[in-house]
Amino acid sequence: MSVMGPAADHYPHPHLLGIEGLTPGEITLILDRAQHYAEKNRTADKTSNILAGATVVNLFYENSTRTLTSFELAAKRLGAMVINMTVGTSSVKKGETLIDTAMTLNAMNPDALVVRHGDSGAVKLLSEKVNCAVLNAGDGRHEHPTQALLDALTIRRHKGRLHRLNVAICGDIAHSRVARSNILLLNTMGSRVRLVAPPTLIPSKIDRMGVEIFHDMEEGLKDCDIVMMLRLQLERMEGSFIPSVREYFHFHGLDRAKLANAKPDALIMHPGPMNRGVEIDSEVADDVERSVIREQVEMGVAVRMAALELLVQNHRQAGGQA
Amino acid sequence: MTPAIRVKGTGRKAIINARLLDPAEQTDSTGGILIENSKIIDCGVKVTRDNLPKDCEIIDAAGACLAPGLVDMRAQLRDPGFEHQETIETAGRSAAAGGITTIIALPNTDPVIDDVAGVEFIARRARKVGLAKVFAYGAVSKGIEGGEITEMGLLHQAGAVAFCDGVKTIASARLLRQALSYSTFFDGMIVQHPEEPELSKGAAMNSGELATRLGLSGVSPLAEVMQIERDLRLVEMTGGRLHFAHISTGESVEVIRKAKKRGLKVTCDTAPFYFALNENAVSDYRTFAKLSPPLRSEDDRQAIVAGLADGTIDAIASDHNPQDVDSKRLPFAQAAAGGVGFETLLPITLELYHNGHMSMLDVITKLTTAPAGLVRIKGAGTLEIGTAADLVLFDPDRPWKIDPYQFESKSKNSPFDGRLTQGRVLRTIIDGREVFADPSVAEGA
Repeated sequence: MSVMGPAADHYPHPHLLGIEGLTPGEITLILDRAQHYAEKNRTADKTSNILAGATVVNLFYENSTRTLTSFELAAKRLGAMVINMTVGTSSVKKGETLIDTAMTLNAMNPDALVVRHGDSGAVKLLSEKVNCAVLNAGDGRHEHPTQALLDALTIRRHKGRLHRLNVAICGDIAHSRVARSNILLLNTMGSRVRLVAPPTLIPSKIDRMGVEIFHDMEEGLKDCDIVMMLRLQLERMEGSFIPSVREYFHFHGLDRAKLANAKPDALIMHPGPMNRGVEIDSEVADDVERSVIREQVEMGVAVRMAALELLVQNHRQAGGQA
Repeated sequence: MTPAIRVKGTGRKAIINARLLDPAEQTDSTGGILIENSKIIDCGVKVTRDNLPKDCEIIDAAGACLAPGLVDMRAQLRDPGFEHQETIETAGRSAAAGGITTIIALPNTDPVIDDVAGVEFIARRARKVGLAKVFAYGAVSKGIEGGEITEMGLLHQAGAVAFCDGVKTIASARLLRQALSYSTFFDGMIVQHPEEPELSKGAAMNSGELATRLGLSGVSPLAEVMQIERDLRLVEMTGGRLHFAHISTGESVEVIRKAKKRGLKVTCDTAPFYFALNENAVSDYRTFAKLSPPLRSEDDRQAIVAGLADGTIDAIASDHNPQDVDSKRLPFAQAAAGGVGFETLLPITLELYHNGHMSMLDVITKLTTAPAGLVRIKGAGTLEIGTAADLVLFDPDRPWKIDPYQFESKSKNSPFDGRLTQGRVLRTIIDGREVFADPSVAEGA
């Protein structure tokens, strides 16, 4: 179904730490399985017992409502037991180290750990110290693989493919793990990615990741199939990356006029939560013809079900509670 | 304190049949050294088995290299204040195993070495331990806070061989100007950690493609040369003596090369990290390779090698920075920067010789005479008759795999963990006493 070939017959990795290192076949495998759950989730019979008896721990070191809820729902729909641990940043500094927390949780024999952490590489570090499956729910500015997968599933459902698409990722690239995972995934699947942002929000040498860079929004959106907006992460900014929110919206916020440069059937995407009036105008965000933002949320649950299923099954086959 | 020293009497001792490396005389020849009490009394081709006085202990070097003990002009001993990471005693053992006989210790201890009592404390502790000779840097600013200058003259008189603010950049132009200017009256040297502090704030590694892929904040390599360029103007203004520590970029080498041509009193050193590794060592978020300054690109690494070969970079120092497991086993951005360096200083530097970039004598010069000359320590890093018998005997070719868990240092944070290298210290001698012997040459082996 794709020029990148058929789906892989199994997922060969113990963890899902990032898109980096995944083959087109492995990505297709996850998406196909997620598509199955997306359909099932629209029926009355949403639950199964595929993961009955499994324990999934959501370990979140950063505040999150959407992602945490999505993971929790995904695990519960598969029949797993779920524990949520939200650890505020301040208490982490006072107390236990990341490794100690990992060891403690590991001793309770979970099947999967879903981890979000504010530092790049933290989830990988943790994965080296535990013997359950680890799923990266976002680490610093590094990767957020399930977001890229749910974006890909949403795109594939609308465009029927993931190759030969022009995708513009716009906004706060510098602080975005979503952008990095999406660049990796879309490049792997054979699409072309452009980044559109003011120069201060474009990280050094990111062109080496195989993307085109634009500072002008109208130029950057020209003839693209997908407009992916990013949240301006003011809370992560040290110093003046942008002069003001007002100026940012003026040059880089998505509104009707700027959107007119994209293809007429271009999709509007946003990983949420949106800053309305900062990076995106409500009029386009809520345009049911173009915006697939709500569908992204829906696909999030399906993708996370697929990922949890594949990882926990791998873990069980590898000897489980060893 | 357990005595680290095996006292072997104070009689005569000779090391013969060695490849004698004398950086002061620039000679590399077969010969030997005769030691009486703690001093070198003869040295050269004429010291052979047939010419030795009676009752002389003889060590046959069997062709191994014999050189002055290494002088490490930049190391953190973490004592006082951070004894869980290193102490003067464990640092001494580690240095001995690395062939280092003189150490200049950074002042960023707790308390900071910013007064005479601190300098004397270090000297006293080191004498008691009886391993490497330890000299202290005095802090440039009180409490290394970047404000007022310390009592530099008194510190100098008490034995502080030079001045620096530890691992902090002397950021204030006014402070550096005053320190450079004031220290001219006793010909003091200021050592700068060149990294523009505003640009490097919060940075975990070198900026560029890898930092972007890893999602880590990077500092531009230009932050280093920027600081150097400003400081060069202050040297012009004051006539002071300034030394740049652990140069890591090609731009820095180029700017210092030009400054030296113009006749400015500037010198610099680098550490083995910067000519043996590049930023790829931090892939996979390897915190042992998190250093300050950060590891740079391959182009920069090659420029450092070239700067050493053409003499722009005067000396090589270990930049020994012991960090415990809890400071390193953290997410990359939170982990402490720094690597231990005593026990890898010689073998890694010998790679410059093995790879054909420098002669054996030039390599040894950068580790002995050159740093000793910069910090003006008389009788260190030399084989001159009448000076202390501080020596290292090493096999330049012996291959081994670096395993930090075999290190004498209390901390194991080496970015060279697992590296295959060549060159091993066989014996280290301080004041005529053997303070280290490799198992292959130790008695009974």
